[in-house]
Amino acid sequence: MADRSPRRLTALVGLLVLALFLLPWVVGRYSVYLAIQILILSVFSLGFNLLFGYTGLLSFGQAGFFGIGAYACAKILLAVPNLFLGLGGGVAAAGVAAVVLGFLSVRHTRIYFSMLTLAFGMMVFSIAWKWRDFTGGDDGLVGIPRAPLEIPGLWSLSVATQERYYYVVLVVSLLAIWAMYRLVHSPLGLTLQAIRDSESRAEFAGVPVRTYRLIAFTIAGLYAGLAGALLTPLENTVTPPIAHWSTSAEPVLATLLGGVHVFGGPIVGAFLFFMLKDIIVRFTQYWLIWLGAIVVALVMGFRGGVASIFARR
Amino acid sequence: MDAIAFQGLIGLSMAMYLWLISAGLTIIFGVLRIINFAHGSLFMMGAYLAFTFYGQLGLPFWLAILLSLLGVGLLGLVMERGFLRRIYGIDEAYQLLLTFGFILILDDAVKIIWGGVFKIPAIPPFLDGAWRVFGRPFPVYNAFVIAVGVAVAVGLWALFEKTWWGRIVRATASDREMANAIGVNVPRVFSGVFVFGSMLAALGGALGTPVRVVAPGIGAAMIIQAFIITVIGGLGNLKGAFVASLIVGILSAYGTLFFPVFELFLIFAIMAVVLLLRPQGLFAR
Amino acid sequence: MTTELLKTEGLSKRFGALAAVDGVNLTLPSGRLTAVIGPNGAGKTTLINLITGSLLPDAGQVYFKGEAITRLASHQRTRKGLSRSFQLMNIFSRLTVLQNVLLPVLSRHGSTLKPLARVDDQAKAVAEAGQILKEVGLWEVQLHPAGALSHGDQRLLELGIAIAPAPELCFLDEPSAGLTPVERAAVLGLIRKLAVERRTTFVIVEHDMDVVFSLSDWIVVMNRGRLLAEGPPSLIRENLEVREVYLGEELSA
Repeated sequence: MADRSPRRLTALVGLLVLALFLLPWVVGRYSVYLAIQILILSVFSLGFNLLFGYTGLLSFGQAGFFGIGAYACAKILLAVPNLFLGLGGGVAAAGVAAVVLGFLSVRHTRIYFSMLTLAFGMMVFSIAWKWRDFTGGDDGLVGIPRAPLEIPGLWSLSVATQERYYYVVLVVSLLAIWAMYRLVHSPLGLTLQAIRDSESRAEFAGVPVRTYRLIAFTIAGLYAGLAGALLTPLENTVTPPIAHWSTSAEPVLATLLGGVHVFGGPIVGAFLFFMLKDIIVRFTQYWLIWLGAIVVALVMGFRGGVASIFARR
Repeated sequence: MDAIAFQGLIGLSMAMYLWLISAGLTIIFGVLRIINFAHGSLFMMGAYLAFTFYGQLGLPFWLAILLSLLGVGLLGLVMERGFLRRIYGIDEAYQLLLTFGFILILDDAVKIIWGGVFKIPAIPPFLDGAWRVFGRPFPVYNAFVIAVGVAVAVGLWALFEKTWWGRIVRATASDREMANAIGVNVPRVFSGVFVFGSMLAALGGALGTPVRVVAPGIGAAMIIQAFIITVIGGLGNLKGAFVASLIVGILSAYGTLFFPVFELFLIFAIMAVVLLLRPQGLFAR
Repeated sequence: MTTELLKTEGLSKRFGALAAVDGVNLTLPSGRLTAVIGPNGAGKTTLINLITGSLLPDAGQVYFKGEAITRLASHQRTRKGLSRSFQLMNIFSRLTVLQNVLLPVLSRHGSTLKPLARVDDQAKAVAEAGQILKEVGLWEVQLHPAGALSHGDQRLLELGIAIAPAPELCFLDEPSAGLTPVERAAVLGLIRKLAVERRTTFVIVEHDMDVVFSLSDWIVVMNRGRLLAEGPPSLIRENLEVREVYLGEELSA
């Protein structure tokens, strides 16, 4: 995965980041809302692809952690309106769940692993749906405040407007993207890729494969939880469908669209995802069938995603 | 005491639906080494088709079931021949992704074609009524479902142990290269097995027509349960699938009776315990 | 001063009714290049799998430098100084040639878990990996994806990955399989050289008798899961039982 022209790429990324910071000044309210959604899906998908593209593990249950992050953030913000706590708590809750469920799942072969992730993801959905007393059941939790960033007694910054919240999501997302970039180019990233290419060879290179798979799974869970926690203050409500397998399909499609084996693939894919969804939803309420059709088309003919177009130079 | 025994019988009939869907999944995996994530959707299609033929068009019950099997069989053939076959050689992750895409398509497709939730049609008269068992009325239809399930179990055993086709399938399952070398048309066996497994799922769905609600989303619920049964029974293990179906079905019935809120969680808990203590499944060799 | 590197006692593994490995007692001292030969199905690969941890035995013990490793996981055995290559090509195909060798080196240094460090910055490890590539002759292609290499080069890479953890005992499963005579000579010369320079004790599983007799100091013959005979090449060549097992085909020397 070597960059052909690192300088050019860095400049491009720099320009893009600048553009993102200027965005609310240039476009309207709806576009900013869309941009927030794209950033959230980017974070969600980067975590997914750490597991899939880099470690070779296909998870159909990431929405479970997304949901846990969202619900945890909601419960915290309803009790203590502090955004730092809400986000941190969401990430932590998702992380703990990922360690537990990951421990049960990573010791298995890849097909089995995928089956288990689907099952566990839906388990989270079922709990969210049935545990009325805690999660509000199918009505969900409402009236969640877009709480301020606050260090109690010292400093407080309101992020109640969508514009301000956009900047919160932007900064957090950029940090998350940067961290993931460093991670995949680190020895840990190399180890995960080796495990993807040949588990047995990695074992004989001295790598405890299961442990590293669990690490990857946990990080993916943390990213999913962060994405979910970022969503809660945006929408001010949380309902069970965010943990449903159809939500798990979103990072899958975004990653396939953008390119599985390219770092920026999931981010490009997140952008394309929302562009496509925006168009399709204007014509029909049946969005899932199109999502499915696109997945099928990509798998049958276009497995490299958009990135593969650029790679054929 | 009677209540417990009665609930066990209810659980037994519930288990048969699980058995039918798990049997199909297990057989397909055993031979093709793939998991069709959309297998639950085929169960759902079986239910919808049977409902249309029996509940809406008024065809005789047996005919409705037969037609729904054929319909889903055809759908399975399209899935395997038209799509899955073309990507056999590549990373199995893409096969899973493909079948996952199928779930998305089929789940919305039933909403588009059939719309929302429907009224349950009447039980066919010759299967209606109840028998007095353990002091309570036990629906005859439930006994019918149990009979079908057991018949399928026996039938599958006979099919794979005694018949010529069964032997070819087993040979292909254990070593497809060898089977190919001795003249077996492996691609055709694959298609045949895939269609056969799909029809088993459809049978499960169709059988539920007079007693269970037909709605989108039942496919996803069933595939999860089928996965759990596979974990408990062991992947590719038909006997294990049968016993695991019984366990899950009967325990679910007791769960509904004693712990209604956490009944679903109970099943996941059992799966987690099996994963921890005997990850290859209770009945793996 | 040779030490007893490896010892197996009554090592056995059954697959159903078949005893793939049946009560094998083997001792491997350091510094002696050993070849394991035997007809197909003799249990050679299974024996390697048991010793290296890819399989767990039904009975018996494996000792490495006096320590029982019978039930240790493979990666732990590698940490202790045991490594292997594979019969079927087993490399990290999407990684570059350099990265293939870099990983075991990083693992040995204990550096694999640094999540924010840069791989390129691990200077010592990169240098060591480069050195290994020079020794196996793959320095020129270090930035190529490993999957794009020719079959012969991939075998060299397998060898490189096998020695990268700096093992004391290294099992090579058919290292010259599928190579042209020229490539084969290169691989074998390399093994001899590495054995001396890195003080690695190699054990190779081989079918090619020329290779076996020219390269090894010691030969172990297996048949039907059992140890049939062992000794220096000259003795094995004369051994009647061994000749019989091979039906005189390959031992026509």
